[in-house]
Amino acid sequence: MIAEDLHTQTLTQLAQGLEQGDFTSVELTQALLERIERLGGDLNAFITVTADRALAAAERSDAARAEGEIGVPGIGVPGIGVLNGLPLVHKDIFCTRGVLTTCGSRMLENFVSPYDASVVERLSAAGAVMLGKTNMDEFAMGSSNETSYFGPVRNPWNLECSPGGSSGGSSASVAARLTPAATGTDTGGSIRQPAALTGTTGLKPTYGRVSRYGMIAFASSLDQAGVITRSAEDAALLLGVMAGFDERDSTSIDQPVPDYVAGLGDSLKGLRVGIVRQHFDAGLDDACGAAVREALAVLESQGATLTEVDLPNLDLSVPTYYVVAPAECSSNLSRFDGVRFGRRAEDPEDLLDLYCRSRGEGFGAEVKRRIMTGTYVLSAGYYDAYYLKAQQVRHLIADDFRQAFADVDVIAGPTAPTPAFKLGDKIDDPITMYLNDIYTIGANLAGLPGISVPCGFADELPVGLHLVGPHFGEEQILRASHQYQLQTDWHTRCPEAFA
Amino acid sequence: MSLDKDQVQHIAMLARLKVADEEFADTVDKLSRIVDFVDQLSQADTENVVPMAHPLDAVQRLRKDAVTESNQRGDIQKNAPAISDGLYLVPKVIE
Repeated sequence: MIAEDLHTQTLTQLAQGLEQGDFTSVELTQALLERIERLGGDLNAFITVTADRALAAAERSDAARAEGEIGVPGIGVPGIGVLNGLPLVHKDIFCTRGVLTTCGSRMLENFVSPYDASVVERLSAAGAVMLGKTNMDEFAMGSSNETSYFGPVRNPWNLECSPGGSSGGSSASVAARLTPAATGTDTGGSIRQPAALTGTTGLKPTYGRVSRYGMIAFASSLDQAGVITRSAEDAALLLGVMAGFDERDSTSIDQPVPDYVAGLGDSLKGLRVGIVRQHFDAGLDDACGAAVREALAVLESQGATLTEVDLPNLDLSVPTYYVVAPAECSSNLSRFDGVRFGRRAEDPEDLLDLYCRSRGEGFGAEVKRRIMTGTYVLSAGYYDAYYLKAQQVRHLIADDFRQAFADVDVIAGPTAPTPAFKLGDKIDDPITMYLNDIYTIGANLAGLPGISVPCGFADELPVGLHLVGPHFGEEQILRASHQYQLQTDWHTRCPEAFA
Repeated sequence: MSLDKDQVQHIAMLARLKVADEEFADTVDKLSRIVDFVDQLSQADTENVVPMAHPLDAVQRLRKDAVTESNQRGDIQKNAPAISDGLYLVPKVIE
């Protein structure tokens, strides 16, 4: 007899159930594939569902378990079988061998990756079962999932609203209980903002903590892989598998990976939480602000101390980002030339025409704008005024954080200025859209880890609490999140239509 | 409008992007708004500030000059739009 509520369980609970033999990975995988088939259509959260592969992988996990080739589930250190038989989905930015990998773009509409990203490889090696690849803003450039060539994803809490972006398919599928967990990437907030807008938990690790190998590059000095889950505990479990040095990523950091799950139980007594006053200025929705303040009070009641910290250059983080990120994207996306892979225009007159039309047809409007912005700020005569200047301001912003972390362990505030907005509301105004990431972008510019956890509702839509830690401070933000989630039940709330 | 039509035309050419005629006015408008927005950086006092090179002040690591990959040309070229005998085909470059 299989429980009918498998989709409501967290990864950690499912790991226990598999271990106890309450159900098999095949049964679990079938149950979720059935939900994806039945409920996924409205959400448009998936670009590819890999049902056959998933069932085959689940069968292998069950066989491995039967033969006893397995480690102990629930332990957050890399090891064979830690995730044995547990389903998850990958953002379509991660290369998956033999599976369509589109990055949400017409450019890669037919691209079948010849190799696996390190993240995919590590999670598979630990026994995870991939259910499919999730929809996303094109090349991860967007905050609403509306720039996807495959159409916008809808928010399970209100189908007229955006699930956030760029990891919108990941956030929506976790929120709708189509999968217990999803990978994502975060260049300016693309894991944390969609997590906030869908009532899920979204972790962006320290820059260099998780390998970028096989993760299609947007802005290489900012991109970082992470996860969207339904609890901080699950995020800790996955991070333990994903994190660690990778020779194939030249910016991967060679630092030992702690046991993230083991550290979750410690109390918050003495945790110093920094509050940034500007985070609560005009621009923050009142109901969101109230929910975040209440969450801070909970942390305080658990023994944390709140102090005010100053990030004087915070206002400049969005304009800094919109110089640095486009500059890097214009370089990274020059590889799409219509010659070796990706879209190619028909009947080119000459090589130049082949490049220009292949790229013109393959990229959507937002991606083209960012490539051109980047080309402009790097071009002769403008490089010093824009790119160099932005890298200087970026240093100021990183120094602000460094100074703040001399006095506090964690910086807490809102993840996004508003709850989920209506699809179509912001897409015509790039600046309004960009300002969605005002609270999250700083962590990317400074390379810091950040997490968003559900902390209440505004207009019946979820609100996220944002916690940022110092470099390699994943343990403390995960612990604070987990302790908060022991005290609250916001992270267990589920949109009615998907209960 | 901080950028004009000719500038945007030039940027598009540098970026090897064909912007469709019907998208052009909108592109000029939105790019101008983005440039205006990032122009606020000019007010920041950055005298004697070193441009940031790496978020963790790490230096670029070099790998050993070793053969790590086997030949996977067949696999890789499955994604190529046009190939012949293992070569990528492009329009004639030299007359």
